[in-house]
Amino acid sequence: MASRIFGSGIKRREDPRLITGKGKFTGDIMLPHMLHMVVVRSPYAHATIKHIDVTAAAAVEGVVAVYTNADMTLANIPCAWLIPNSNLKLVPHPPLAKEKVRYVGDGVAIVLAESRDIAQDAADLVRVDYEALTAVVNPEEASMDGAPLLHVEAPNNIAFRWIASSGDAGVEKAFAEADVVVKERIVQQRLQPSSMETRAAVAQWDSGNEEMTLWVSSQNPHIARFVVSGVAGLPEHKLRVIAPEVGGGFGAKLPIYPDEVLTVWAARKLDRPVKWVESRSENYTVTTHGRDHIEYVEIAATKEGKVTALRGKVYAGMGGYLSTAAPGIPTIAHGLMYSGVYTIPNLRCESIGVFTTTTPVDAYRGAGRPEATFLVERLMDKLADKLGMDPVVLRRKNLIPPFANGYTVAMGITYDSGNYEGALAKALGIADYDQLRKEQAEARTKGRYIGIGVTTYAELCGFGPSAVAGATGFQGGLWESAIVRVSPVGKVQVLIGASPHGQGEETTFAQIISDELGFPVKDIDVIHGDTSRTPMGWGTYGSRTTAVGGAALVLAARKIKEKARAMAAHLLEAAVEDIDYDDGKFFVKGSPDKFKTIQDATLMATLAWNLPPGMEPGMEASQFYDPPNFTYPFGAHIAVVEIDPDTGKVDLKRYIAVDDCGPQINPVIVKGQVHGGLAQGIGQALCEGAVYDDNGQLLTGAMTDYAIPRADMFPQFEIDHTVTPSPHHPIGVKGIGEAGTIASTPTIYNAVIDALKPFGIESINMPLTAPRVWAAIQEARANHAIGGR
Amino acid sequence: MKVSITVNGKLYVRDIEPRMLLVNFIREELGLTGTNVGCDTSQCGACTVHMDGRAIKSCTCFAVQADGRQVTTIEGMASGDTLHPMQEAFWEKHGLQCGFCTPGMIMATTAYLKDHPNPTEAEIRHALDGNFCRCTGYQNIVAAVKTAAEKVGA
Amino acid sequence: MCPASFDYHRPASVAEAVQLLSRPGAKALAGGHSLIPAMNLRVAQPGELVDIGRLDVLRGIRVDGNRLIIGALSTHAQIAASPEVQKHCAALATACSTVGDPAVRNWGTIGGNLAHADPASDPPTVVLACDAVIHTQGENGQRAIKAADFFVDVFTVDLQPGELITSIEIPSQSHRRMAYVKLPHPASRYAVVGVCVSMHTSGGVCDQIAIAVGGATAKATRATGAQSALLGSLLEAEALEAAAIAISADIGDQAVSDIYANATYRRAMAGVLLKRAVKAL
Repeated sequence: MASRIFGSGIKRREDPRLITGKGKFTGDIMLPHMLHMVVVRSPYAHATIKHIDVTAAAAVEGVVAVYTNADMTLANIPCAWLIPNSNLKLVPHPPLAKEKVRYVGDGVAIVLAESRDIAQDAADLVRVDYEALTAVVNPEEASMDGAPLLHVEAPNNIAFRWIASSGDAGVEKAFAEADVVVKERIVQQRLQPSSMETRAAVAQWDSGNEEMTLWVSSQNPHIARFVVSGVAGLPEHKLRVIAPEVGGGFGAKLPIYPDEVLTVWAARKLDRPVKWVESRSENYTVTTHGRDHIEYVEIAATKEGKVTALRGKVYAGMGGYLSTAAPGIPTIAHGLMYSGVYTIPNLRCESIGVFTTTTPVDAYRGAGRPEATFLVERLMDKLADKLGMDPVVLRRKNLIPPFANGYTVAMGITYDSGNYEGALAKALGIADYDQLRKEQAEARTKGRYIGIGVTTYAELCGFGPSAVAGATGFQGGLWESAIVRVSPVGKVQVLIGASPHGQGEETTFAQIISDELGFPVKDIDVIHGDTSRTPMGWGTYGSRTTAVGGAALVLAARKIKEKARAMAAHLLEAAVEDIDYDDGKFFVKGSPDKFKTIQDATLMATLAWNLPPGMEPGMEASQFYDPPNFTYPFGAHIAVVEIDPDTGKVDLKRYIAVDDCGPQINPVIVKGQVHGGLAQGIGQALCEGAVYDDNGQLLTGAMTDYAIPRADMFPQFEIDHTVTPSPHHPIGVKGIGEAGTIASTPTIYNAVIDALKPFGIESINMPLTAPRVWAAIQEARANHAIGGR
Repeated sequence: MKVSITVNGKLYVRDIEPRMLLVNFIREELGLTGTNVGCDTSQCGACTVHMDGRAIKSCTCFAVQADGRQVTTIEGMASGDTLHPMQEAFWEKHGLQCGFCTPGMIMATTAYLKDHPNPTEAEIRHALDGNFCRCTGYQNIVAAVKTAAEKVGA
Repeated sequence: MCPASFDYHRPASVAEAVQLLSRPGAKALAGGHSLIPAMNLRVAQPGELVDIGRLDVLRGIRVDGNRLIIGALSTHAQIAASPEVQKHCAALATACSTVGDPAVRNWGTIGGNLAHADPASDPPTVVLACDAVIHTQGENGQRAIKAADFFVDVFTVDLQPGELITSIEIPSQSHRRMAYVKLPHPASRYAVVGVCVSMHTSGGVCDQIAIAVGGATAKATRATGAQSALLGSLLEAEALEAAAIAISADIGDQAVSDIYANATYRRAMAGVLLKRAVKAL
């Protein structure tokens, strides 16, 4: 048998069109008689709208229409994660602001014109009379008495307050009785997701059939159809949503925004195609941001280093409105993960969602779990320091022992499988940890500041099952679906509900089918991102496409295989039980030379001239799959940094990542996902951060100010893996999209603090830019800490 | 204003507004949508094309400035079905994920290799200063450029 | 990505360019790397653009006696690669090789860069350190403006309406050793602080020195205190330390703060970079 396609790093099938410029992104779509839409946006973070005058704008030649909220009867943009028992305030979010604007960028009018230039010219002429109100950008301050109020429905700007606890009495007792307690205030700074393609939408109304087509740069076209049809008042079956090539999302193309709703509304109203493309400065002020937590966290332990409790209070900035998934992020996707990979018996998370006069916050790569991993790993390092213990030794004292089928942490969730020591040992081996520590000690004697950061992590991924969605207030399901359709000549169409956008599932899913059914990869086409062609699915996020959609696909393929086996048995005049299968061929046990290929079986099943009794014609299978549990990928990362004490610059010397996402379908693609995840997590640690002034103006509103990591910031990442299958997944896979981001931020942070140990520095707010590190060194020197030059 | 611009070897004469950016000329007038726009401020490099053989950012150039010049876009890189070695290398080394930055990356790095046929890894990383990728962490892009350099040099 | 409308002119001569540029609202367009991003954001909305990019008379890099003459339309890439520049003003080649990124350097010009006078840009610092002369052509004829007088304030230079930079004249520094070092901003790549040193030593003693610092203040600044601290010294550690302190004082309360780095950092980094620049000589 030829080498197995599953596990092989074949070249991506997506690439030929993308490397030749033939891939079609939403912005590439140009339709006859198309209008261009520009949204007039608030320059104020918080203001009352007194009057809008569109006269001058409407008079510009080439302008077809200018609309404000008064011209439309659209439903509010909904929030879709209504966390129970949190007193969540569902505040109205009209597609265009009505009486008030609540962040810089809040839409107040739309201009439709014959060209984008004209639309922009006219947009500049829309006169809005605002009465400025006081802004508030810090979520903790916004929750205090006397802070400016954004929504009358939400006193003290509190959107929700959620508590998860293993038992408050136990937590209190553990802290009261602890030998050691270590505390930290962590600022998870706000991040701008920065997909290279900004958002875009094109809507085309077919008035004859009363059908709408919406092309949108989205991670979840089916959810877009679900929500946009509702808001725009279109029958859902009359709205076709297509996500063509999508130039990155990272969570920020998961929410449903006013812009695509307005595009659809205007296309119908004017009966002409309408295109809207976001500029980068719009993208930075309007597309959701990530993180934005202020956290007060503490950990309790015995003097021997056994962790007995961990708790945190989180102020999570929501921005001006509740974005689609926003409330779920600092709660379900965050607080439930406070155990990390450790046997911590007492856990508590209190998470307070707070409105601020800023861009709404939603998912950003990892969404909630990076913040959780950061605080756990930060506290572990700080505790190790306090105990005078090597951070690896401390972790090993607390790691959950290897388990193959379920481990329930104190928060009540059950991890599927894990071998944390295995990953840690492998990473330490690659890094040569003991030698690194020696080199570090030696370097310190020479006035060089080398730091080593070690993180062990697990993440809650493969979002599902739907029962959990329901129990946690998520207004959707978390299953996935697949249809496998074999044509008479043996070519395979795979239709999936998920919507990959760079993750490579056109390739990996073809590998799954090839592995299951023996068709060559070239004969398999994976189709996604079109609600009219594909079955329903809930989108690509939360490292769930392969974990959940992949399972649906495997099970659909297995249905095909069983049908083909039955057909082959019929053709071979044998009993089904007597048919063996290998590499696309069915044969009677013991007679491998007497066989029918899966293509033969398909042709005969499709012709249906002579079917076995009871068999339906055709070779097609459909599968909906709702997983029994989340998956929990894990791993261990190690970073080595050196700090230039004169400038404060952090130089990343080495980065070792050992991740375990179960069996790897395509190891080259897995590594690529890790690389990209690392870059984003390292970006948070070292250079990225949205900055607002006190008036709520975004000061990092262009790529000249918001620092996206560049190539020269990184060494060659040293990537390896372990393989611990998920017990509940048909092929054991777990998901890898977010791992790199989740683990790398604390790894880098801990390495930097480790490097600065001679100065006695315990914390610096991220990003750890040169000026911030330098200032911390100066302050430490002024405080007569030991060390330094 | 009337301009004559040769794009991928073909002369195009168009009457355009002076404010039309070269990238919009390429995308909207000619329908060559492989060249992308990722920022407004000439940082990201998604719009990189060759003008008279050198890499430039087509979002920071008016089409009127390209009047009479030779422009090459991603669509002009392959010869028929034969990919340019850089395209081949990006494919082989998994140098792309979402693919949005890729045309700009390929244009920037092919121009770079013309002047620097044997770059070190550090030099390649430095040469990518004007091209952002949010997906790959750059590692496989660097590998692709190295591979292309070897292929071209071989 | 939608600049406002403007009238476009492509003059055939410098004289015609000058005439067009003297009209209200007219701006010169060369590489456009400062202007077009601002126009894309509609921060700049000039009514008329005068495209000087085809005035070949403004191109070219040549040596005239002991003077290096750089045409205003020379690109950063051309300057960085020029053997003449490397010989007669090596730090300018270095500075130009750190402007923006390769594509920006291929199209952006030195004339446009100096006229724009971004306080964090690299070339002005070197130009100032070298006592360069900016040659211009205006309605009232030509002027030769000392770099020290040319840079007035943030984005402000001594150019009259209609006046165009034609060339930059730099006294050859080939008998000196030069360095330009910078700390780049992580996003923009502009200099958070950039320091240029041009120095001559004789028997180990520093007998000629020029130091300029950019990025730290509203415009590139000559560090006269630091120059004095090094002049006549043997460049020993104590002298360097004194010069580092002096350069911080030279910047003094003129140091700028922004969301990335505050004035204290910039003052301190000027000292750090000065020491590094001298070591790199």
